[in-house]
Amino acid sequence: MDETCDIASPVKRRRAALLVAVLAALLILPFATQALGYGSLTSFATRIVITAIAASSLNLILGYGGMISFGHAAFYGVGGYVVGILYAHARSGEAIWGLMPGTSDLAVTLPLGLLVCGLLALLLGAISLRTSGVQFIMITLAFAQMIYFLFVSLKAYGGDDGLSVRRRNEFFGLDVRDDTRFYFLSLGLALLWFGFMARLVNSRFGLVLRGIRQSERRMAVIGISTYRYKLAAYVIAGMGAGLSGALMTNYARFVSPDMLHWVQSGELMIMVILGGVGTLLGPAIGAVVLLSLESVLAAYTEHWQVILGPFLVLVILFWRGGINGLISRLTGARCE
Amino acid sequence: MSDVLLRVENLAKHFGGIRATDDLSLDVRSGELHALIGPNGAGKTTLISQLIGEMQPDSGTIRMNGIVINTLSTPQRVARGLARTFQITELLREETALANVALAIQARQGHSFRFFADARRERDLLDPAMAILRNAGLEHRARIHVAALSHGEHKQLELAIALATEPKLLLLDEPMAGLGAVESQDMTMILKALKGRITMLLVEHDMQAVFALADRISVLVYGQVIATGTSAEIQANTDVRTAYLGEGNS
Ligand SMILES: Nc1ncnc2c1ncn2[C@@H]1O[C@H](COP(=O)(O)OP(=O)(O)OP(=O)(O)O)[C@@H](O)[C@H]1O
Ligand SMILES: [Mg+2]
Repeated sequence: MDETCDIASPVKRRRAALLVAVLAALLILPFATQALGYGSLTSFATRIVITAIAASSLNLILGYGGMISFGHAAFYGVGGYVVGILYAHARSGEAIWGLMPGTSDLAVTLPLGLLVCGLLALLLGAISLRTSGVQFIMITLAFAQMIYFLFVSLKAYGGDDGLSVRRRNEFFGLDVRDDTRFYFLSLGLALLWFGFMARLVNSRFGLVLRGIRQSERRMAVIGISTYRYKLAAYVIAGMGAGLSGALMTNYARFVSPDMLHWVQSGELMIMVILGGVGTLLGPAIGAVVLLSLESVLAAYTEHWQVILGPFLVLVILFWRGGINGLISRLTGARCE
Repeated sequence: MSDVLLRVENLAKHFGGIRATDDLSLDVRSGELHALIGPNGAGKTTLISQLIGEMQPDSGTIRMNGIVINTLSTPQRVARGLARTFQITELLREETALANVALAIQARQGHSFRFFADARRERDLLDPAMAILRNAGLEHRARIHVAALSHGEHKQLELAIALATEPKLLLLDEPMAGLGAVESQDMTMILKALKGRITMLLVEHDMQAVFALADRISVLVYGQVIATGTSAEIQANTDVRTAYLGEGNS
């Protein structure tokens, strides 16, 4: 609320201009890359856009709410498995538990993925959020690993090998199998998600969540029962990760326990920290940077993790506020 | 005695071997400013923490308007009109002074499950928050982040936030600690203006302020109330003089 952060201020305008430019670039990206002969970039961009949703959902609880969840892959992976399992049943024609037929329409698989992940987050969050500090980190990790091992042992759904989704889902009967169409579908959903986040973090709910990170004690003595707000945030974050996972399974045409593994949780965490904890677009920046670094370094050497690791340590040590913080400093000021 | 707002009976709390609260009984009457004095480590802060529900007593009862509130959570007690300030300030450091107060107003208005409207621009929250900051003498600092405010302003803000919850009984934990002479006087004036409208339990080492403000004073030593009375009675009490006001101790 400083003067420099007024809507009309040059800093805000510069940031807005940057945002519009990025949006425009995202819209023309598939056409531009095709014209330039780098068609495969569209596919890569799709992966980033989808991953950004998951990172952003983690950022809601980690960055805004101060809940260091180390088990976010649970929701990401389960969202993926909802799509995979529904698809498997659609192919075999067998109803799930004799109740519900399979389907490969996103109009069903996405809402169902959100619902399942929301309920799962409600259950796990209700228990985990009774703890705090290191205990919370460990319990979220433990729950996620339990779910990981559950799916590893589920031979009916591929166990260790995972499930193939031969054909991408349709969307209300519309064909989105084509890479460009799927890119735009993912981009549209990501924009909806980020729009929702933008409103959320400055709403009454969002202010409570930020307050909880800064001092739960303060929140309690102004009369706020913090538990229910943390739980609500946890559920919203779980659903965001589920959305991302459901899209990722469609993108990769494959889902396996890897999506549930703690390494996946760690990667999402790194993206959030890299991009800027508790900033709206930080996680998206983190997704771009981490996924790009991974693929560039992997092309040079198979020991790319040896380079990436120290790089991440440096970022965490020296760039407080992540890359988004750096951009803020370059464009003039922090306005978030 | 129907005018007792807060009644504490036989309250006890120990940390290992230390009896921080030792069979403590205390009445705070409706409308009074009741000062609680006592040497360092007497158990004043521990008492306040139990009254607001941040700490659970080992035994004893706390009644507000005759109703036992021991089992209520802190937010539930706040909803019933209890509020506290912190001796070591506990503020949202990344927010502005205004945002700190506005959040307390928001909490007072009910649940915060509203996900879309921008709460940073809600007149419903900002206008009353600004009015409270004005009364606390912080109007000109409203849009400054807490981290950039002075210690004295932190103390004023603690009070402003507590007032935003519209308390019936305000528990003040050393609101003048660390303040300069002028700031102390300002705080005394602010509390004087609140007197009568809000019942207060004031923990304070600044004797000048205590004698200027208090209707009654209780003296706490080793977790026990050793005397309660008016300023004159307390100043005349020999037990108190030796235990606390005693010569040598400022
Ligand atoms: N959480 C705790 N764990 C262990 N001991 C504690 C705890 N809180 C307080 N104590 C001890 O209980 C006693 C009373 O402490 P308390 O903070 O209530 O005193 P006080 O009267 O507020 O003192 P001061 O005037 O210095 O603020 C002290 O001996 C203190 O060391
Ligand atoms: Mg104290």
